Amino acid sequence: MTGTIYTETLIYAAPEQFVKDAPYQLVIVTLDEGKRLTARIAGDRVKIGDKVEQAESRDGIPFFKKI
Amino acid sequence: MRPVAVIGIGKTAFGAFADRDLRSLAVEAGEKCMRDAHVSPSQVEAFYLGNFAGPSFVGQNHLAPYIAGAMGITGVPCTRFEAACASSGSALFHAVSAVGAGLYDLALVGGVEKMTSQPTPKVTEILAGAGDMCGEGRAGATFPALFAMIARRHMYQYGTTREQMAAVAVKNHLNGSKNPQAHMRKVITLEQALAGKPIAEPLTVYDCSLISDGAAAVLIAPLERAAEFTDKAVKILGIAQTSDMVALDEKDDITTFRAVVEAAKKAYKMAGVGPRDIQFAEVHDCFTIAEIIAGEDLGFVKKGEGGAYVEQGCTALNGPRPINTSGGLKSKGHPVGATGVGQICDVVIQIRGEAGERQIERHSVGLAQNLGGSGATAVVTILGAA
Repeated sequence: MTGTIYTETLIYAAPEQFVKDAPYQLVIVTLDEGKRLTARIAGDRVKIGDKVEQAESRDGIPFFKKI
Repeated sequence: MRPVAVIGIGKTAFGAFADRDLRSLAVEAGEKCMRDAHVSPSQVEAFYLGNFAGPSFVGQNHLAPYIAGAMGITGVPCTRFEAACASSGSALFHAVSAVGAGLYDLALVGGVEKMTSQPTPKVTEILAGAGDMCGEGRAGATFPALFAMIARRHMYQYGTTREQMAAVAVKNHLNGSKNPQAHMRKVITLEQALAGKPIAEPLTVYDCSLISDGAAAVLIAPLERAAEFTDKAVKILGIAQTSDMVALDEKDDITTFRAVVEAAKKAYKMAGVGPRDIQFAEVHDCFTIAEIIAGEDLGFVKKGEGGAYVEQGCTALNGPRPINTSGGLKSKGHPVGATGVGQICDVVIQIRGEAGERQIERHSVGLAQNLGGSGATAVVTILGAA
């Protein structure tokens, strides 16, 4: 699954269950098929317009990485 | 629909009150409101309560009759409305609809939230529940993160700057410093706002509204009966509530809140006025970017010009159209369920000319805009001197 970063943020103040992950990058990806998806980023930080692909899924959370 | 007026208002201070429980706050606001309107509890025909997450924050359910009973109001419909941060805006919309339709004459509308008894990560988690917990929430989104992503996109598409967002915080803190009921009466500088602790990039702690306890209430009645109770009635010229998708990733364009645009259109039409007739407004600045977008969505400026509008001082207390003269959610505080009705109180205070140090000169027509979640509920109310 591949797509383009529509928007992103780096979260410092996390909800209780994700405090151990902070800071982490959260993004909305516009998938090539047109649909949008909220996901996390594995590896290097991304910015709006970057091309990404799905790297893995952890506990049902999709993780994308820069292509 | 017959015309409806606000005949009384009541608010607690907003802040962190370790020794106050949810009910005592709501009762204080309700009793102040009934005194202001010269109405006794036995005259109230219905109680509408806005509350977002009392069950999660303090473990109490069945809130509307619980609070009404403590005020001496029994034997009438008492109902809680939940629409995230627009909970009490929604309660007001439904109360005005019922009074306007002739179902009741005297309806009390309250809003309350008791948030500070939980640690911040827990509050963050409860607030995240106003989003889509199967999608964005599961991925780790917080409310600051959703608005941070909105800000990033607005910056990307329109060139909005960090300085423009910080200007919202500086202005609202200055206004709040003049409001004795505000949570944080502290003046801040642009440099401080820009250098705040990061919460979700590009937002710092100074871009975020406060976690507060507090309550607010208004009494509404048909305009034709208002003079029986008070000589300070304020007319509800127009009101509308609309909705949109809950998840941010299900909205086509996240730089605008479609529900706000639609609610404003309907409220303007009902009131028979347009954006240029609005002299001042209380808008939902849960995050600084939200106030910038509100200026655009309400038609005060063109799309993309909301940042410059604030930066140039157009919305300052002495500007051509003051916004958030109360200090806004940013400085006054944001006890989520109390916010919508709290905004109505603040508009009424200006129209009555009772705002003291923050009183503005042109104050006969004002607007309140209340937003739920990342824009899935919007309530816009236009008020005018009766």
